[in-house]
Amino acid sequence: MSDVPAATPQDETDAAGRLVAADGTPLKRSLARALRRQKLRALLLIAPLLLFILLTFIAPIADMLFRSVENDIVSRTLPETVETLGEWDYSSGELPDDAAYLALYRDLSVATEYKTHTRLGSRLNYETSGISSLFRKTGRGVEDMGELYQDQFEDLDAAWKEPETWARMMASEEWLAAEDRAATPLELRDGIAGALPNTARAYEQFAEFTQNEDGDDPAEEDPWAYVYAMLWLDLTGPVQMDAYQGPDAALLEAAAEAAPGFESQTWRAGFADIDNDWEDVEVWGTIKAYSGEFTSGYFLNSVDLQLTPEGIEKQDENQRIYLKLFWRTIVMSLAITFSCILLGYPVAWLLANLPMRVSNVLMILVLLPFWTSLLVRTSAWKVLLQQQGVINDILVWIGLISDANRLVMINNVTGTIIAMTHILLPFMILPMYSVMQTIPPSYLRAAKSLGATNWVAFWRVYFPQSVPGIGAGSILVFILAIGYYITPELVGGTKGVFISNRIAYHISTSLNWGLAAALGTILLAAVLLLYWAYDKIVGIDNVKLG
Amino acid sequence: MAVPTYATTGQRIWYYGFRVICGLIFFFLIAPILVIIPLSFNAEDFFTFTPEMLSFDPEGYSLKHYRDFFTNSDWQQALRNSVSIAPVATLLSVGFGTLAAIGLSSEHVPFRRAIMAILISPMIVPLIISAAGMYFFYSRVGLQGTYVGVVLAHAALGIPFVIITVTATLVGFDRSLTRAAASMGADPVRTFFKVQMPLILPGVISGALFAFITSFDEVVVVLFVGSAGQKTLPWQMFIGLREQISPTILAVATLLVVISIALLASVEMLRRRSERLRGMSPG
Repeated sequence: MSDVPAATPQDETDAAGRLVAADGTPLKRSLARALRRQKLRALLLIAPLLLFILLTFIAPIADMLFRSVENDIVSRTLPETVETLGEWDYSSGELPDDAAYLALYRDLSVATEYKTHTRLGSRLNYETSGISSLFRKTGRGVEDMGELYQDQFEDLDAAWKEPETWARMMASEEWLAAEDRAATPLELRDGIAGALPNTARAYEQFAEFTQNEDGDDPAEEDPWAYVYAMLWLDLTGPVQMDAYQGPDAALLEAAAEAAPGFESQTWRAGFADIDNDWEDVEVWGTIKAYSGEFTSGYFLNSVDLQLTPEGIEKQDENQRIYLKLFWRTIVMSLAITFSCILLGYPVAWLLANLPMRVSNVLMILVLLPFWTSLLVRTSAWKVLLQQQGVINDILVWIGLISDANRLVMINNVTGTIIAMTHILLPFMILPMYSVMQTIPPSYLRAAKSLGATNWVAFWRVYFPQSVPGIGAGSILVFILAIGYYITPELVGGTKGVFISNRIAYHISTSLNWGLAAALGTILLAAVLLLYWAYDKIVGIDNVKLG
Repeated sequence: MAVPTYATTGQRIWYYGFRVICGLIFFFLIAPILVIIPLSFNAEDFFTFTPEMLSFDPEGYSLKHYRDFFTNSDWQQALRNSVSIAPVATLLSVGFGTLAAIGLSSEHVPFRRAIMAILISPMIVPLIISAAGMYFFYSRVGLQGTYVGVVLAHAALGIPFVIITVTATLVGFDRSLTRAAASMGADPVRTFFKVQMPLILPGVISGALFAFITSFDEVVVVLFVGSAGQKTLPWQMFIGLREQISPTILAVATLLVVISIALLASVEMLRRRSERLRGMSPG
C-alpha cells in the first residue's frame, strides 16, 4: 500500500548493514509496522459486523445449545427437597423419610404462592406422565396442611390472627419504624432466628413475597398458613425460649406449652392425604433423577431414550417417535436430492452446451423460481395438487382417472417430495451448470473419434468430470432439505413432516423448549458436519449467487 | 449443437427426445408459478379453472381477489409491516456488510477463514434452528415480539448475501486505483466514495436486493421472533394456507411473482454492468 516505503537497491544501510527506510528506522521494522497497521484497519472494518452477528445470531444459537442441557428448574423450585434427597437412595425401594416430606412442604408452600409449582410439574411431566396433575393438585392442597395448625393457634389466642402480632415478634424495631415498610427489605429481630429458626425463615419468605409480588406491607397482611405450621414445628422441637426476649413473650410461652398437645400429623401423611402418588417411590425417583443443574435428559428423549431413576432406559413403545422422524427426514431428503439430480442433470447439460445467447434465456426459467417467494411456490403446489385442483382436473379430463378416484397428492409424503423437489431444483442446477461449463466439449468428440459409442463416451469421459457438480449440488440440496420447515408444514400433512416441524411444535405448542433445543442441536450438528464436507469438496468461498 | 445431417434415425430420436425431456423439466420448473397468475383472476372462489375461464368468457374472470387484497385490513396491515421491516433490515445488512467485505478483501486479515465462517453462518444454519435460538435468546432480553427484534433478526439473515456479493465484486478490484487516488492527494474517505464505491456499487446493490428479498420473503424466523403486531405478508400467506385458504393468496402470490421478476432483472443487469466495469466478459 501507499504507506509502505519502497526498497530499492540504492537504499541506505545503517552501521550494522541493515536496510533502513527513508526516516532512518530499519526497513524490517518499518514494514512490520505498516503490516500491523493494515491488519488493524481490516479488523476495525470487520469488527462492527462481527459484533452484530455475535449478538444477534451466534448468541441465540449458543443460548439454544445451553437450553438443551439446562435443568435448574427443579433445584430452583425445590431447593431444600433436592438437598435432602441427596442422601436418599432410590434403589433401596423405600420412600424417603419424613424430613424429605417436610422439605417438600416448605418448598411447595413457597412455590405455590409464586405459582412456579405448575411449571415444575409440566417439566417433570415430560419424564413421568401424571406428575403435572399431581403438582397442581398438591398446590391446591398444601395450604390445608398448614391450616390445621393455624386454626389451633388462633383458637388458642385470638392475637395470633393479627398480622401486627407477627410483625412485632419477627421484625426488628428499626424496620417496624421504617417509613415505607412495603419497600424496605424485612430485617429480623435479634435472636428470633435462634429461637424460632423455621418460623423466622418462613416469615422472611412471606415478607419477601408480599413486598415484591404484591407491593404490600407485610405487617398488614395475614401470614401464610405455612408460617403457623413452622411455628408449631419450632415449638414442639428443642425450644430455646430463653433466646427470645421480645414483645409478646407470654403469648409465645403459652403457645409453646399448648403446641405439643395440638392435633398433628406427619408430613408424609399430609401429602398422602392430598394424593396417594406421594407415597409412590417413582415420583421421588423422578425428582431425584432430574435434580441436577444440567441434564442429558433432553438429548436422551431426542433419541427415544429416557433418564429414569434406575438409569437410562428406552421410551415407552408409543412415545418412540424421534428416531423414526430423524430417519424419515433423512430418507425423504435423500429422495428429494435424488429427484433433483435426475431432473437437474439433463437441464444443466443442455444449458452448458447450448450457445450463450440461448442458454441465457433458458437460465431465466431456472432463476425465476429461485427468486420467487417460497410461499408463492408452496401455495402454487397446494393449489395444483389438491383433490379438486388443476392436476386432478386435467387427469380426469384426459380420462386417466375417474372422477371418483381423484389422486391424493397432498398432505402426504408425495406432496412434500414433489413440492420440495421443485423448490430446491435450482440449487442443484446452478452448481452442476458451473462445473459442466468448464468441461471442454472436445473431450467427448475425441472419445467418439476413438471409437467410443455415445453411451461410453458419456459414461467414461463426460460423467466423471461432472461428478464434482453433482456432489456440490447434492450436499447443498440435502442440507437445505433436512432443515426445511414451511413446505412440509403446509403440504406434508402428518406423514410428510420433518424433524423441523417437531421442533416448531415443541417451541410453540407443547412448550417443551429443552427438547426443542436438543433436537435443534442434533440437527445443527448434522448440518455443520455436511457443510464441513461441502467445504472440503467445493470450498465455502466458491459459493456464488445468481 | 444442431443435429448433423449425417445423423442416424436413432441419433435423431435421441436428440429430439432429449430436448423434449428438458422441455418438460423446464415446464415443471416454471408452470406452477405461471399457473397461479390466471387463477388469481378467477371470478369464483375456486382453486381450479372454471368452465367459464376455459372458454375465455369474460364473466369467468374478475379482479375481486385483488380488490380483497387492497381493502382487507389484515392484508393491508401485513403489507405495511413487510414494507416497514424489509428496508430497515436491508439497510443494516448493507451498511455493516459492505464495510466488513472491504475489510475482508484486504490482503492481510488475521483469522480470515474463522471470521468468514461466522459471518456466513446465518445462511448455513437451517432457518428453524435460527428461529428457535432467536426465540429463546430474544425472549430473554425482551426483544421477542418487537419490531426491533424482527429487524435485527432479518438483518442477520441478510448479511451473508451482502458479504458474498460484495467480496465477489472486490475480487476483481484493481488496487492501483486507490493508490493512484492517494498519490494525487485524496484522503481515504474521499478515495472510498469517489473511486472504490462507484466501482463496487453494482455488487452492493445486488447484495442489497438479496438482503431485501431475504427479509421480504422470510417467514420462519418472523413467525417465532415476531408477534401479531409484526405479521408480514409471508406470515399472512402462511396462515391463509394453513387455516382458511382463500383465493386472495393467489392474487398476493401473483403480485409477489411480479416483484421477483423485477428483482431478478435488476440483479442480472447489475451483474453484467459490474463485469463490464471490471473489464471482465460481458457475460
